[in-house]
Amino acid sequence: MTDTCKIEISGLRKSFGSLPVLRDINLRVETGSVVALIGPSGSGKSTLLRCINLLVIPEGGRIRVGGDAFSFDGDAKLSSAREQARFRSNTGMVFQHFNLFPHMTVVQNVMEGPISVKGMPKAEAEARARKLLAKVGLNDKGDVFPSKLSGGQKQRVAIARALAMEPAVMLFDEVTSALDPELVGEVLGVMRDLAADGMTMIIVTHEMGFAREVADRVVFMRDGIIVEEGPAREVIETPKEETTRVFLSHFHNRG
Amino acid sequence: MISYTWHFDIVWQYSRLFLAGTGVTVGLTIAVVTLGLLVGLVAGLMQLARSPVLRWASWAYIEMFRLTPLLVLLLWFYYALPMLTGIKIDALTASIITLSLYGGSFYAEVIRGGIVSIEPGQSEAGLALGMTPARVMRRIVLPQAVKRMIPPLMNQSIIQFKNTSLVSVLAVPDLLYQGQVVAMDTYRALEVYTVIAAIYFVVLLPLTVIVKMAERRLAQSN
Ligand SMILES: Nc1ncnc2c1ncn2[C@@H]1O[C@H](COP(=O)(O)OP(=O)(O)O)[C@@H](O)[C@H]1O
Ligand SMILES: [Mg+2]
Repeated sequence: MTDTCKIEISGLRKSFGSLPVLRDINLRVETGSVVALIGPSGSGKSTLLRCINLLVIPEGGRIRVGGDAFSFDGDAKLSSAREQARFRSNTGMVFQHFNLFPHMTVVQNVMEGPISVKGMPKAEAEARARKLLAKVGLNDKGDVFPSKLSGGQKQRVAIARALAMEPAVMLFDEVTSALDPELVGEVLGVMRDLAADGMTMIIVTHEMGFAREVADRVVFMRDGIIVEEGPAREVIETPKEETTRVFLSHFHNRG
Repeated sequence: MISYTWHFDIVWQYSRLFLAGTGVTVGLTIAVVTLGLLVGLVAGLMQLARSPVLRWASWAYIEMFRLTPLLVLLLWFYYALPMLTGIKIDALTASIITLSLYGGSFYAEVIRGGIVSIEPGQSEAGLALGMTPARVMRRIVLPQAVKRMIPPLMNQSIIQFKNTSLVSVLAVPDLLYQGQVVAMDTYRALEVYTVIAAIYFVVLLPLTVIVKMAERRLAQSN
């Protein structure tokens, strides 16, 4: 079972104050598969992703990524900062607003994880970083600072930075939402290549065309619960639930 | 007063005393700025700690020193603290301790403010890579925050330079204390205190220009 299922989430719960944001989330992601997480704003998609790499600590449930599991039931949730860091190093995360380190050059951004977390020698980390920058189409941008890049380029650097840790899974949180429309394609292209390479990914997105084409499965969330889940084409083209249909109709109307 | 004849030549005969006093003032400032920054860094980081005890302790320290007049603190550390502890300290030590703790309470606020001004996404990106919170602070947050802190920290240090003049009440031989000696010797208070004011001004003028330049460069880079 561990072999075919890379991410396993069961009974996950989280509230902010009195507001329940995740209520009993159960989700399995097969190794090498891509899950698109869709749903209206405020439905808890970001919180779910952030729970998967412990940027938000859940109140209950279990999370397994690869061979690494955390349980948040009872008093098991008090894990040390060091254990959490080790767990996070195995999951790559890409944010809507890039969050590149502005005081480092592009290549230093990509080297930071391997050097700082894995203690990799500088030369080796730089070689790896330059290879990854070439992979995302930015081999000529290594020595500039992030402020000199376009949004699409910044996001590709952010993807390379996450990949440098050789994570078991990649989590993407609306990574094209802050981009000018003409720059969306270059970022989606990189993600498409990653999917083709067999990377296990969870992608929060409003790009329904991309989700249908690249994702294996689509998960529709609303108000902290998973309303509907199934093969990507099926959920997007012929949703079973009324709320899914209403949500998707906004996209069809927009064209 | 109306037809006063200035006699700076008399003051000039004491130039070695002024020089020695300036040396003590500059040396004292360097010491209390360095120690104050260390204290301020610790107190500023404690303000951001998860433990409420640490946060409360640093808050109590910061407010206690910020809200007490420096002259009162100096007298307390020199005269009252030895009575409390039974350990006699000399005037210079008392001055260094007091000024460092006093400056540290202001530095702490600047340092805390600089750290929280860095957007949370920066820390999150570092944590997401698998860095520990301490490493995120050292590698990601502090290098960016320090850039923003430098102008206000320099301003605070300029104030500290002037604050050191208060140690003359404990007979630490700084610039002002030496001036008082000269003034009593020569009965030339007007010349002496004018020269002293000019020396403080001349030392601080280039520093304020540097701060202005640093502020402008920071505004451009943002
Ligand atoms: N740190 C937080 N503190 C308080 N409320 C939060 C926090 N993060 C998210 N929320 C709330 O949780 C709900 C779900 O947010 P989020 O997971 O960001 O949804 P989505 O990504 O689907 O738009 C929203 O109502 C949001 O306001
Ligand atoms: Mg979101």
